[in-house]
Amino acid sequence: MKLKTLALAALATTLMAGSAMAQTAIKIGVLNDRSGTYADLSGEGSVVAARMAVEDFGAADKGIDVEIVSADHQNKPDVASNIARQWYDQDGVDVIVDVPTSSAALAVNEINREKGKIFLNSGAASTDLTGTACAPGTIHWTYDTYALANGTGKAMVDAGYKDWFFLTADYAFGHSLEENTTKVVTESGGTVVGSVRHPFPGTDFSSFLLQAQSSGADVIGLANAGGDTVNSIKQASEFGITQSGQALAGLLIFITDVHALGLETAQGLVLTEAFYWDLNDDTRAWSERFSAEMGGSKPTMVHAGVYSSVLHYLNAVEATGGKDTEALMAWMKENPSEDPVMGTGTVRADGRHMHDMYLFQVKTPAESTGPWDYYKLLATIPAEEAFRPLEEGGCPLVE
Amino acid sequence: MTSDTQTHYESAAEALPIGTPRHHVVIFGVLLAFLIVAPLVLYPVFLMKVLCFALFASALNLLLGFGGLLSFGHAAFFGSASYVSAHAAKVWGLTPELAILAGTAAAAVLGLVIGALAIRRQGIYFAMVTLAFAQMVFFFALQAPFTGGEDGIQAVPRGHLFGLLNLASDMTLYFVVVAIVFGGLLAIYRIIHSPFGQVLKAIRDNEPRAVSLGYKVNRYKLAVFVMSATLAGLAGATKALVFQLASLTDVYWTMSGEVVLMTLIGGMGTIFGPLVGATVIVAMQNYFAGLGAWVTILQGIIFVVSVLLFREGIVGVVARWIKKPL
Repeated sequence: MKLKTLALAALATTLMAGSAMAQTAIKIGVLNDRSGTYADLSGEGSVVAARMAVEDFGAADKGIDVEIVSADHQNKPDVASNIARQWYDQDGVDVIVDVPTSSAALAVNEINREKGKIFLNSGAASTDLTGTACAPGTIHWTYDTYALANGTGKAMVDAGYKDWFFLTADYAFGHSLEENTTKVVTESGGTVVGSVRHPFPGTDFSSFLLQAQSSGADVIGLANAGGDTVNSIKQASEFGITQSGQALAGLLIFITDVHALGLETAQGLVLTEAFYWDLNDDTRAWSERFSAEMGGSKPTMVHAGVYSSVLHYLNAVEATGGKDTEALMAWMKENPSEDPVMGTGTVRADGRHMHDMYLFQVKTPAESTGPWDYYKLLATIPAEEAFRPLEEGGCPLVE
Repeated sequence: MTSDTQTHYESAAEALPIGTPRHHVVIFGVLLAFLIVAPLVLYPVFLMKVLCFALFASALNLLLGFGGLLSFGHAAFFGSASYVSAHAAKVWGLTPELAILAGTAAAAVLGLVIGALAIRRQGIYFAMVTLAFAQMVFFFALQAPFTGGEDGIQAVPRGHLFGLLNLASDMTLYFVVVAIVFGGLLAIYRIIHSPFGQVLKAIRDNEPRAVSLGYKVNRYKLAVFVMSATLAGLAGATKALVFQLASLTDVYWTMSGEVVLMTLIGGMGTIFGPLVGATVIVAMQNYFAGLGAWVTILQGIIFVVSVLLFREGIVGVVARWIKKPL
């Protein structure tokens, strides 16, 4: 047993020797899913995006020493909370970025509040991060369920898809997604003709899809996420639903999901994203660099958000000349963010980063000219319309 | 190499008189001393996580290693206790000790209900019944309004122990957790070495003979099932306060699998095996987090290696070397 103690102590010392001691340096912790469902849309790509932000900022020339560490939270909130605590307490991490999976993000958010540090979330969807759970050091950068539901719902009704039918994952997240979208649809003049709830996680959607098909609705809203969305789209394609004139609306879907599904299956799907690599020359150039490092795959909006948020943070460090959380947050909220990837944006009092969102439709195989050429732009949703109004969130920071 | 001389160590161990072998006292002493010194060197939150899982794995080991019952649904007790204790601390505003007790009690009741039905079947059917119940608990956790769905219960206050001791400090909480877990481990040790524990082992090794000796086998099985569920609940309730959250991870079936893995790697049917197993698995999850997908692969490799090379688990092999039951 003595030996074990010694061995453990030795192990501990080696592990702690790895933590940096420098005072002027910045340490960025990229915490996300590196082995599970969200590994493609966040994972290593977020580390690459953060590194690109550090390079583009020119940290080395400005005398700011930036180090990036990363870890896998396995989509488990307790693992996320454990790593976040350890990073702050022991490893001298100054800012945590990314963190997909709402439960993990909310857990990190609480640690962050307690430790008085900065949390730049790009990967998670929960509106609570800028609502009831909003914290002084948290910025929710890229998207949230409200923006996605709102963007897709409103734009589709405007485009003439009036009658909606929901396929909803039967748990709190699915319910709230359905509720948000229903509100938008009815406010924009559409109607909800019905909805069906499928068990979570589900594998066989056939009976639900047949109900949706026979409802005669113009559009089937997929109020689910991850594997459920992918499976329901696959099965909808097998039933020939989109080919028969009903549209599918994905309420939480990423370009990596479309990539995995293939255009044959995903064609015609309408979705909202904060970023697409083929928007303009700047995004194309940036994405080119990104995919050179990532074995050819294009960045998702989560990666873009990580880049954009890290860059804004580093600008704040340069401007305030220190690492004081309050000063940095004040600077980041006062000054607009500006970068080639996500364009201009502002950070609202509740920590919501405001920027334009885009409504896309997935191309048919005939329309696509090559790999990753997946989306056509249907509409640009201005920031003010895209996100939940400040006063509706119930964030205690907003007086 | 020495296989001839040691084949029967186990039966020799079980023939030990009721009483505590000296080396067990020494190990418990060293363990306690280590736990007191450890937070000076190691990160307390990590240690608390290891401790919670050590208690959880030991609770499963009580059922699996000494009762011979493989439950594949222990996450149900661990998770439901963590939900109840988180809810009690956050919404009802109970003090931490009451919140933990509430969680533990909930797990005990759940253990009684599930156990009463599950022990009617044996072997793989028993495992499947427990898994099925655990899935029911998972769906309940997913749907019930108070559990917060996939977000779980977040920002649980750690509160003041007995209304006095502020647990917000990791150090203070650490020693409370040490006390709880060490108490739990001693309780398990006591159960194993009581006459009740002797009967359990008899049932494990030869159930028909135990029946023919006049023991009401099902009562014993139910009793050990409830004890195991209660202790698993104690671990879950404590964990909820440590991490200040209760989430679906705690009730998901992979959690049941993980704790079986910890028990097997450490050494099923040994007293200290689950502690070692929990330390190995949690340390891997924690310190290898930077390796990404490799963590799960490493876990798999370690499991395969341990099954192939040392089926008795790490502590089981050590016990064979030193020819003493651990």
